[in-house]
Amino acid sequence: MFELADIFDVLFLRNYNTRLVVICTMLLGCACGLMGGFLLLRKRSLMGDTLSHATLPGVCLAFIIAVMLGGVGKSLPILMLGATITGVLGCAAVLYIRNHSRIKDDAAMGIVLSVFFGAGVALLTMATKMPAGAAAGLESFIYGKTASMVLTDFWLLTVVTVCVLGLSTLLFKEFRLLCFDEAYAAAQGWPVRRLDVLLLGFVTAVTVAGLQAVGLILIIAFLITPAAAARFWTDQLDRMLLLSALIGGLSGWLGASVSALIPNMPAGALIVLVAAGCFLLSMLFGLERGVVIRGYRQLELKRSVGRQHLLRALYEILEANAVSAEGIQIRAVPFRQVRGRRTWSDAQLRRYLKSAYNEGLIEVIDREDQISLTSAGLEAAAQVTRNHRLWEMYLIEYADVATSRVDRDADAVEHVLGEKMVAILESKLQSYRPVESSAVPVSPHPIHPGD
Amino acid sequence: MNAEPNLRDLKQTPLVVRDLTVAYHRKPVVWDVGLSIPEGKLVSVVGPNGAGKSTLLKACLDLIPRSSGEVLIYGEPYAKARKRVGYVPQRESVDWDFPVSALDVVAMGTYGQLGWFRRVNKRSKALAMQALDRVGLADYAHRQISQLSGGQQQRTFLARALVQDADIYFMDEPFAAVDAATERAIVELLKELQSRGKTCLVVHHDLATVPQYFDWTVLLNMRVVASGPTAEVFTPENLHKTYGGKLSLLTEAAEKIAKAR
Amino acid sequence: MEWYAIDTWIVIVGMLAAISCALLGNFLVLRKMSMMGDAISHAVLPGLAIAFLVTGARASLTMFIGAAVVGVLTAVFTQWVSRFGKVDEGASMGIVFTTLFALGLLLIVQAADHVDLDAGCVLYGAIELTPLDVVWRPEFFGTVLDVPRAAIVLLIVCVVNALFVVLFFKELRISSFDAELATTMGFNANIMHYLLMTLVAVTTVAAFEAVGSIIVIAMLIVPAATAHLLTDRLGTMVILSVFIAVFTAALGHVAALCLPGWLGFDPSIIETTSTSGVMAVVAGLVFVAVLFFAPRYGIVTKRLRRLEDVSDLAVSREEADA
Repeated sequence: MFELADIFDVLFLRNYNTRLVVICTMLLGCACGLMGGFLLLRKRSLMGDTLSHATLPGVCLAFIIAVMLGGVGKSLPILMLGATITGVLGCAAVLYIRNHSRIKDDAAMGIVLSVFFGAGVALLTMATKMPAGAAAGLESFIYGKTASMVLTDFWLLTVVTVCVLGLSTLLFKEFRLLCFDEAYAAAQGWPVRRLDVLLLGFVTAVTVAGLQAVGLILIIAFLITPAAAARFWTDQLDRMLLLSALIGGLSGWLGASVSALIPNMPAGALIVLVAAGCFLLSMLFGLERGVVIRGYRQLELKRSVGRQHLLRALYEILEANAVSAEGIQIRAVPFRQVRGRRTWSDAQLRRYLKSAYNEGLIEVIDREDQISLTSAGLEAAAQVTRNHRLWEMYLIEYADVATSRVDRDADAVEHVLGEKMVAILESKLQSYRPVESSAVPVSPHPIHPGD
Repeated sequence: MNAEPNLRDLKQTPLVVRDLTVAYHRKPVVWDVGLSIPEGKLVSVVGPNGAGKSTLLKACLDLIPRSSGEVLIYGEPYAKARKRVGYVPQRESVDWDFPVSALDVVAMGTYGQLGWFRRVNKRSKALAMQALDRVGLADYAHRQISQLSGGQQQRTFLARALVQDADIYFMDEPFAAVDAATERAIVELLKELQSRGKTCLVVHHDLATVPQYFDWTVLLNMRVVASGPTAEVFTPENLHKTYGGKLSLLTEAAEKIAKAR
Repeated sequence: MEWYAIDTWIVIVGMLAAISCALLGNFLVLRKMSMMGDAISHAVLPGLAIAFLVTGARASLTMFIGAAVVGVLTAVFTQWVSRFGKVDEGASMGIVFTTLFALGLLLIVQAADHVDLDAGCVLYGAIELTPLDVVWRPEFFGTVLDVPRAAIVLLIVCVVNALFVVLFFKELRISSFDAELATTMGFNANIMHYLLMTLVAVTTVAAFEAVGSIIVIAMLIVPAATAHLLTDRLGTMVILSVFIAVFTAALGHVAALCLPGWLGFDPSIIETTSTSGVMAVVAGLVFVAVLFFAPRYGIVTKRLRRLEDVSDLAVSREEADA
């Protein structure tokens, strides 16, 4: 297969061709990753698809006109100019249709894509039949092959990437507002439509520059996949964009490097697959929104809620029986009594009991099917019950702000509300029933079995 | 909180909620909610913004996942009792450019009875027209829905619920931002549903009209503050517990109501 | 311009493809899934590749099945990524189809250097060549007809789609309008979704082998979108879209024959241009005309009406003042 020497060759970019391909795709990946982030948030990820297809008529027209004027048809700057013009027209058409009629974004993109591309194909057929033109391979000229890049590609991509990155940084807050809340931005006086056009203009620049270097499918993938992958790792826009650019660059590097190592592996396809792999990993394990993390959090929450309910149920049973001023004493409580306090199934309750047992909070007296809190358990139960009642109080007294601040998960109410507030709440609770003070204030409302 | 009915009565109780907790990103939105609503009541669900009223409704209808607890409709989980439930969602959830007329939308309420493959027949259309007539929109039957005003759109959705002939209706803020005529129409509709023995659970935001329109009230502020006949439960004390200390306007209003009784 | 029997068949095949697509396209547009046609036409490459590798030949039926299966998988995976991962639908579609295409490309290059899957053929199709593939020669009233395979296949697809739309009309309507309500009524919105997607996949594959993916994507969306601007009733919208599709197909081919002449190319050198491409352009032109001048929702119509309203208002104010 391949040897260590080969790997080092590729790693250190010893081969000129490899160097070009790897660096170019990395640059492109970064730029596309960045713009793709904005597109994703605007829910226009497939704009890259529409744009790429919309460039074909421009390329063919530019070729035809150039040849008719007696010049050389297959000249990159001319073709790219044509591509950019129709690309921008396509974007403008999508926006226009969507803003001035009941046609939605996706249908507008589909219409522009198919109609422009159709026009391109019609023109292409004519162009290839033109005697003077030598238009053979015109479309692969514009729709590039990743492995055969040249120096001009490098310079073009560098310039475009730097410009796009620079300008996006300048206009970051405007773009962020546009993506987040278009209506608000407009109300604040920002020229929303023009910003939209500007954003799409950047996307067009990146697309046209990249299209002739790496081809249709890779550009489309670059504009969607890294951004979607980055989304799972963070909720903050600047981090997401950075990560998106990084993933794009990484995909480019890894894909192109592997393609250089192993024969017969088209670089474009490999890069797309690497990016898809990154996406899959991110979707599953992304720290902020990944599936595994979300599932784990749900389970954690259920477990924590269940445990709190168990401890509180036990505490309240003990409390009800401790009418005297001696305070709460640890007693064995029958399983049935605990079971009856809430709607949980036998299986669920046993699971919570097991988990509490593993943490040394309860003891089980098997023969009579009874449960008893340990002293550690009693402390924890007291804490949980106290928190619960303070939160109840807080919800009652400060209902207008409470719902945004309540965090039942917090170990201690003080951590969220502060010591002073807790003191106030405790004194209010006292006023409900001036019973002998215990560590746990009384409940602000009567306790029924289901509470 | 009201006591739960025993097992035999469960089959006759439109809605029983037990220990319902719904959390979003670890923050609880609805916490330990327990309710039991008897049949034939017009129930208002009130509470401050963010108190979880919409969430409660959606959790009952399996539209959002629960962290714990269960919901029983006539003694069965929602999945089994679907045919007996009518849902009138908040208005924003629809594509108003869809090519359907008001009549088409209302007729959708009969699709369940028609079943797969059968076409929308004269009977469905007649029932739909009747329902539209009852909400006062007979003249607008053939208008495309984007041409209706906000209040008319709301009434269209209500007519659709009517035609479904469910036994319990969940309505999410039907009175939000509607004109006076629509409000009257909705109230009449609710009373008529009640006279037919149906139960309606309505998320409501206007405290002033609660005693007028509803005979059962649920005060919700992440957990149930109180639930019971409006006359018993709609007190200054409970309102204070639900809305917090400083709403003197409310307390005044509640006191007036208490005195008037 | 000369018209041969071959041209008639081209128009017929084009019309059948257009009708098949337009029928389903209405629901794609209303469900905001317009790009699914584009996604499927790219994504089927691995299906074609696998079918080729498995059977070792360019047998149409296996390729068709392979492609159709992958087409449905595209819809399934898109749905999966979108629901499970909570990713925007368009982005899910893009990720899925580019990945599948890349896989297909890899398979082709790896396993078969001598493969003859002309990508151009896949993308552009060759509607001009379809009449040459004659499979049936019935006799009607003394003349022999050369019925091309594409016409028969597309006729079947067309009939199936028409039956689907007619039989499931109300189910399609309610699940497209309000999926939640549909499910509460017992019409599982998911089933409708997958049924629709399967048919779209099958139609796409059947059509693009004959007429190329451009026509498919164009016909899936453009006639339906045009009809949407012309009417407020779903039934009328479907029927209108079919008429527009038929008209487009006919005009498209005629234009393809005439276009090089109009553009000043020497007709002896460039006789025709790609019919598929021109059909798509014609569809687009019809759309633009309707976009501006539709009786109720056209942009120009709306502006004129607003001017009218303003002047009415001015007139009535004058009268009130007088």
